[in-house]
Amino acid sequence: MADAATVDRLEHLAAQMRYHIVTMMGANKVHHFGGSLSATDLVTALYFYKMRYDPKNPAWPERDRFIMSKGHSVPAQYVALAMKGVLSVEELPTLKQLGARLQGHPAMHLTPGLEGCTGSLGQGLSYANGMALAGLITRRDYHVYCLIGDGELDEGQNWEAAMTSATECLHNVTAIVDRNGLKAMDTTKCGRITPPLAERWAAYGWAVREIDGHDMGQICDALDWATSVYDGPQVIIARTVKGKGISFTENQAAFHNSAVTPEQYATALAEIKAKLARWEGSPA
Amino acid sequence: MSPMEQTRFAYGEALLELGQERSDIVVLDADLYNSTRTVLFGKAFPERFLDLGIAEADMVSTGAGLAASGLVAFCNSFAMFLTGRCYDQIRIQVAYPSLNVKLAGSSAGLTQGPDGASHQSLEDVALMRILPHMTVLVPADDVETKQATKAAAAHQGPVYLRLGRYPTPTISPEGYQFQIGKGVELRPGRDIAIIACGIMVAKALEAAELLAKQGLQARVINMASVKPLDRALVEQAGREAKLVVTAEEHSIIGGLGSAVAEVLAEGNYAPLWRIGTRDEFGQSASADELLDHYGLTGPKVAAQIAAAWAKLG
Repeated sequence: MADAATVDRLEHLAAQMRYHIVTMMGANKVHHFGGSLSATDLVTALYFYKMRYDPKNPAWPERDRFIMSKGHSVPAQYVALAMKGVLSVEELPTLKQLGARLQGHPAMHLTPGLEGCTGSLGQGLSYANGMALAGLITRRDYHVYCLIGDGELDEGQNWEAAMTSATECLHNVTAIVDRNGLKAMDTTKCGRITPPLAERWAAYGWAVREIDGHDMGQICDALDWATSVYDGPQVIIARTVKGKGISFTENQAAFHNSAVTPEQYATALAEIKAKLARWEGSPA
Repeated sequence: MSPMEQTRFAYGEALLELGQERSDIVVLDADLYNSTRTVLFGKAFPERFLDLGIAEADMVSTGAGLAASGLVAFCNSFAMFLTGRCYDQIRIQVAYPSLNVKLAGSSAGLTQGPDGASHQSLEDVALMRILPHMTVLVPADDVETKQATKAAAAHQGPVYLRLGRYPTPTISPEGYQFQIGKGVELRPGRDIAIIACGIMVAKALEAAELLAKQGLQARVINMASVKPLDRALVEQAGREAKLVVTAEEHSIIGGLGSAVAEVLAEGNYAPLWRIGTRDEFGQSASADELLDHYGLTGPKVAAQIAAAWAKLG
């Protein structure tokens, strides 16, 4: 259970995350704003509240693992790793530049702290299962978290993987669905299929919890719930807003992968700075 | 003639031995473990064996996750499903980060037989060969298959191992030591150099015998390591012979024939004739009927080589 002070600290960190995401992307450059910002609070809670992780030793065999299956949102993970000290904040603006370690989609062999290669959607949960199975085989007590977009759930391999997690009783796997309701072009199918998403995961043998993916208290509680389940995999369906935290990007599929103008960039920074003002004078 | 064995059987035995030798070997299958022969490993080491069901993509990605956690993952299915269906997973999650995933494509080639084109992989070597970081091995017999399986496990990085269900004789010489990146001469000959892999090595030896009766001396090279290719040996063959021939149970587009052509095209070497399937799919029939129909028996290989030789003028 996260207390009020912890929630406040995490909200401050999430605001800083958004500041770094926006500044690393800058103006006039095409980047994946929407998904990175919808996942920000979830990624913040994982790295700064939940995961057992030593930034000085990112290859520690006992560490918890985080797989960004929706690989286009990796900027949020780069920022978390920079704020953790695995990467540096100074390196962030090199995102997608020739020769940089920060690729447009996760490249585990190039970037310290990344656990897998994704980018072609729908493959992360299978990979997370493999890491979880390795934990059981090698008797290491770590947990694997996998962030999946709700649009990404169109990919059939997710459901192959969901069956494997359940049939192998992988209690050390938590899937988190970043349910922002938007894909690159349009709304996701999630709301248009019956039965509802939570019932579909339950039917596959998963323990399910639905939360507000921007409510830090709910996120922390759900993550603590997940690691208290011992008989199988858990999924946290997090209702989120694509482009969360910047007024003009919120709920806009147009900002899935696009550039902001210099004027929009100034507006975005002003909004995030106004949010950060709440913690003025308090330590980072 | 030595007893005939299918390379998939030798693979199953090698995998079992690897399980005994190393605790970091894990084996995944996709509902074909009797056919792929991973059943031997699965019975001996159930805690390191997982049948993921008919979900090949899930299997390959799961194998990548296991490999990223320090284990060596062998993923098994029919060659066509493994390489065709899972190409994207192999490309991004296995080859790109160079993970220790070993892909064993079973029942490869035309000699899969009666199931027809859907199951006959004539493109798998091409698909795997173009991937950066990938090693591609096509062993010729039981002895070489066992050694190639061990070599794949010892190798750091992804390996594609092509296996078959066509009984083939042991052609590896006594004391043979397979090495990734090395081909081996099985028979000397000054006129023609036949570079073959897989079951076509035995067919090439048979063809060389037939050609000898016509007064043509054919050297036979077993090139199980299609990637990395033994470039020096190919260049030597291209310098010393008057005609180079490749023979493979695979399309001539993208496989061993292409790999050899890429080397010979970059220098002043003997002309090349490629033997394999042309730009076409297979069909249902028995393995021997198919080899005959597509020109891959010893006599048909010999006839094609004699015709190519006659054209040299």
